[in-house]
Amino acid sequence: MTEETNKAAFNVEAIRRDFPIFEQTMRGKPLVFLDSAASAQKPQAVIDRMASFYRDEYASIHRGVYQLSEVATFEFEKARGKLARFINAANPREIIITRNATESINLVAQTWGRKHLKRDDEILITEMEHHANIVPWQMLCEETGSKLVVVPLEEDGSLQEGAFEALLSERTKLVALGHVSNALGTINPIREMIAAAHAQGAPVLIDGAQAAPHLAIDVQELDCDFYAVSGHKVFGPSGVGFLYGKLDLLDAMPPYQGGGSMIHTVSFAKTTYADVPARFEAGTPDIAGVIGLGVAVDYLAHVGMDAIAAWEHELLLYATEKLSAIDAVRIIGTAPDKAAVISFLIEGAHPHDIGSILDQHGVAIRAGHHCAQPVMERYGIPATARASFAFYNTKRDIDVLEQGIHSVLELFG
Amino acid sequence: MDDLRDLYQTVILDHNKAPRNFGSLENHDRSADGHNPLCGDKLTLELKLDADERVTDLRFNGMGCAISTASASLMTEFARGKTKNEILATKERFHEMLTGNPNEESDTDDLGKLAVFGGVRQFPARVKCATLSWHTMEAALAGGESTTTTE
Repeated sequence: MTEETNKAAFNVEAIRRDFPIFEQTMRGKPLVFLDSAASAQKPQAVIDRMASFYRDEYASIHRGVYQLSEVATFEFEKARGKLARFINAANPREIIITRNATESINLVAQTWGRKHLKRDDEILITEMEHHANIVPWQMLCEETGSKLVVVPLEEDGSLQEGAFEALLSERTKLVALGHVSNALGTINPIREMIAAAHAQGAPVLIDGAQAAPHLAIDVQELDCDFYAVSGHKVFGPSGVGFLYGKLDLLDAMPPYQGGGSMIHTVSFAKTTYADVPARFEAGTPDIAGVIGLGVAVDYLAHVGMDAIAAWEHELLLYATEKLSAIDAVRIIGTAPDKAAVISFLIEGAHPHDIGSILDQHGVAIRAGHHCAQPVMERYGIPATARASFAFYNTKRDIDVLEQGIHSVLELFG
Repeated sequence: MDDLRDLYQTVILDHNKAPRNFGSLENHDRSADGHNPLCGDKLTLELKLDADERVTDLRFNGMGCAISTASASLMTEFARGKTKNEILATKERFHEMLTGNPNEESDTDDLGKLAVFGGVRQFPARVKCATLSWHTMEAALAGGESTTTTE
């Protein structure tokens, strides 16, 4: 029955054929991969393109006067253009290539932040942030004497009504917000929050690591100042990601790392820096990785972000219904607006044990604090088990998860 | 699912449900905190020692998975009445059992009840769960107040 429904709504079986990992078995069982929020699997097109680039087109970029280097440079910059289109940035120069969302956030903290933050200024974040959107700001606060201010959560994992607006003030010099919570699945109303922050004169950085794989992103419509994305979570290779920043902000920012590529001229007396984006891209980047990431976002565009969001929402509803029906299961994070992430606890069983038992069913989930220890503290728990879905997951995957949970209960119930 | 039964032996499930020597110990001589940052498991161990460095009483406290809770429980049962050197020697043997080649039979008769953790060897990601309490014990025996992590 689920097969029929799958076909009617979304051809998930055709999608799965694009991902060679699903030909694997795990512990003798078909792989049920429910850990895409940690890192997503890769379509064959990405794998093939990286191999063909290394085989046929590889050379250093932005340097060589020979044809091979020109081809590699062209392909690399073409990928930057694809990343700009992926989030509807007005100009490819607004896309800075980084290693991941973590580095994108650190870049803003260490350049824009160090330049603009002073003693007693405030950086406003939320209680649901990933460590990557907490620690870089804490480091900046230590250095500048600025303060971190935290918007608290409701029990359901959404932001406390009115708290964000109440904490915004003329002292707020930056707002750094997760678009989607990796631990709870909560989708924050960032468009309204960005408008409120701008009304106070505070620029806004969005940690989009968990949103970009699931929702259509339009940075111009959102009007965010910075948007951070990890490539490996949007079905691209690991080790590449990007930062979007409004061009006028980027233009006024000092460099991040020093080295080759980021300079205009170098002498011992005075070095001048290159224009954006090269100013922030010192050293040889992961050229094949960036080109692979370009193919990944093309692939997403081909499937369609709206179709992806609709299918994942159907999976979320189905999984929520299945897990809620089990008395011993408690779902952590039940905000009305949620991405396809379910953090849960099973009475009497630690998340680590749940993870090992599900693994025996071929089910890969995450067990732990999900790099969001303040969220765990908020709920007074050391860890959760987390099933996270992507558009290649099926209702059958959720049925196997449900069976696995019943076998946890047999051992620990 | 045979591997699962190897990992979650009845003794382990029992000690997880009803951990022995659980709680705190007033007037303890030594204590140490253990922490596994990977999964958030936390453990506090408190010991009383006599003049020969023999453990006369001990308690553990904390939150952890079944493997780490049962391992702490069985360790405290084992350690009561043992000297520092006896405990450290057994810690080494226990560690060898967990990290040895999973395809080779190993002789664990000398470990007695602790041999129920032999199945953990098939699950490399869980070895740290089983060894957390032993690392914490080693830190407590070394003296002073300290926090030990598995990382």
